[in-house]
Amino acid sequence: MTDAGRIAAIEAKAARMRYDIVEMIAEAGSGHPGGSLSAADIVATLYFDVLRHDPTRPDWPERDRFVLSKGHAAPVLYAALAEAGYFGRDHLVTLRKLGSILQGHPDCLKCSGVEVSTGSLGQGLAIANGMALALKLDENPARVFCLLGDGELQEGEVWEAAMFAPHHGLGNVTAIVDHNGLQIDGACDEVMCLGGVAEKFAAFGWEVRETSGHDVEGLLDALTEPPADPAVPVAIIAYTVKGKGVSFMEGDAGWHGKAPSAEQTAAALAELGSLLDAAMTTMTEGGAR
Amino acid sequence: MSEKRATREAYGATLIELANEGVPVVAVDADLSGSTTTAKFGAAYPDRLINVGIAEQNMIGTAAGLAVEGKVAFTGSFAVFATGRAYDQIRNTVCYSNLDVKVAPTHSGITVGPDGGSHQMLEDIALMRVLPGMRVLVPADAVAARAAIHVAATTPGPFYIRLGRAAVPVIYDDDYTFELGRARVLREGSHVTLAACGVMVEQALAAAGQLELEGINAEVIDVSTIKPFDTATLVASALKTGAVVTCEEHSIIGGLGSAVAEAFGEHAPVPLARVGVRDVFGTSGEPAELMAHFGLTGADIAEAARAVIGRR
Repeated sequence: MTDAGRIAAIEAKAARMRYDIVEMIAEAGSGHPGGSLSAADIVATLYFDVLRHDPTRPDWPERDRFVLSKGHAAPVLYAALAEAGYFGRDHLVTLRKLGSILQGHPDCLKCSGVEVSTGSLGQGLAIANGMALALKLDENPARVFCLLGDGELQEGEVWEAAMFAPHHGLGNVTAIVDHNGLQIDGACDEVMCLGGVAEKFAAFGWEVRETSGHDVEGLLDALTEPPADPAVPVAIIAYTVKGKGVSFMEGDAGWHGKAPSAEQTAAALAELGSLLDAAMTTMTEGGAR
Repeated sequence: MSEKRATREAYGATLIELANEGVPVVAVDADLSGSTTTAKFGAAYPDRLINVGIAEQNMIGTAAGLAVEGKVAFTGSFAVFATGRAYDQIRNTVCYSNLDVKVAPTHSGITVGPDGGSHQMLEDIALMRVLPGMRVLVPADAVAARAAIHVAATTPGPFYIRLGRAAVPVIYDDDYTFELGRARVLREGSHVTLAACGVMVEQALAAAGQLELEGINAEVIDVSTIKPFDTATLVASALKTGAVVTCEEHSIIGGLGSAVAEAFGEHAPVPLARVGVRDVFGTSGEPAELMAHFGLTGADIAEAARAVIGRR
């Protein structure tokens, strides 16, 4: 596949996932669209290009691992797992309902493809580090990717884990920050200023890369380029727009954790449907634009 | 009963045994590997002791990740930090994902001694007992601690193993076996049941000796597994004796006394007295002084036994 074709294929997956995200949250009547939509391109790039994985063998020992530290963005993970084939797409409409494998936050005991349950913020990177350490002990070449929210960086445990990975030479860990700048109560920098996120990870000894979190080509480069020193973990600061893809959700903290009304859903799906159609057309044409 | 050893002394040594046997144990400690004795394990298996520094939340999170990948992850630190500071990590990551993490801190209870109330954990059994899937073990001596660590390491899922700092008499022989969920009757009696855990087993045996001189025949039970709770053994004893004293180096709220009260409320409504720390924090002092100060000695248990028999 040409580079353009490769990128177009990922973009089509991301467009499909965005449509699914809004549809499933609307059906559930609750959930977190903003941070799911902001992470869609990142998660699509991982699941449909970067990760070595096999949906028919979720326990394959050499698979790359993904930990969704920002567990409230479960819909973006579920959309990717369903699209990849970990479970049937018919499960998507059961999100957040009694008996569903798709819990409000990811539950590894219920849902195939979820490596570990998350939802309480700040915990994913420590878990990812432990997984990476075990892989190293076992001389397993698999890699561990962990997606964090930016608001989540206010949790102290994130920085305990940030200190840990370089100290223990965990070059098999990649942390990705979905830096959309918003959290429940408003702008991150107004609620509790994060300062320079890139500078903070660099100070702890990570190799830091910055990219737009909606530029698939940039994401591919950031996610696949090996670190200069193989013992140094990589932190990718991915600048994103909360609610990306739905005009009236973009950049609005109010869409952190609420479902759209029927009217809003129709409008959102119309927008996302157009984006999906365009992405599919581009992909079919081999990525030519 | 001449030999004295702290239950923590069994920790690092038993991890070495387990590793020698091929169990994929790892230990994660938080700058206390010397005190918890996991450093001994680290000396034998340098790659398998991971020090996270003074970061207990990260200690539990890292252990969880190791467990996700098939390791049997023991964690260290002191009971107050390992359970209190990292409670959410234990709840939402370890228990919610049902991981093979064995939270086995040392320095539980008032027998920590001079460090004082900030370091004397009296609520850990309560905190751990309410977590779905968590098993709670409180070994009475170093022999039982070794056996409990073996059982926890080879039984899937989360465990809490409560270990202590102070040297306590060894009451079990080396052929002791730990049965998960089984309380052990150490001394049969018919007038009162003394149900004890951890270092209080020794005190309960001392109380039984005192009571015998008065013609009171006490049954002593070592409740080394608080969860799953051995309702059958305790209810059978309570129905036989008609009076029960619980003995724990822990708050009387939420620990062994509460577990017994819950079970007896449904199955054996007999008079009950709870010997333990009465809803206060600890304080500095030598362990033996503190046992007397907080009313946890054999004499205190004997007094509670006489009173509860009077209520029968």
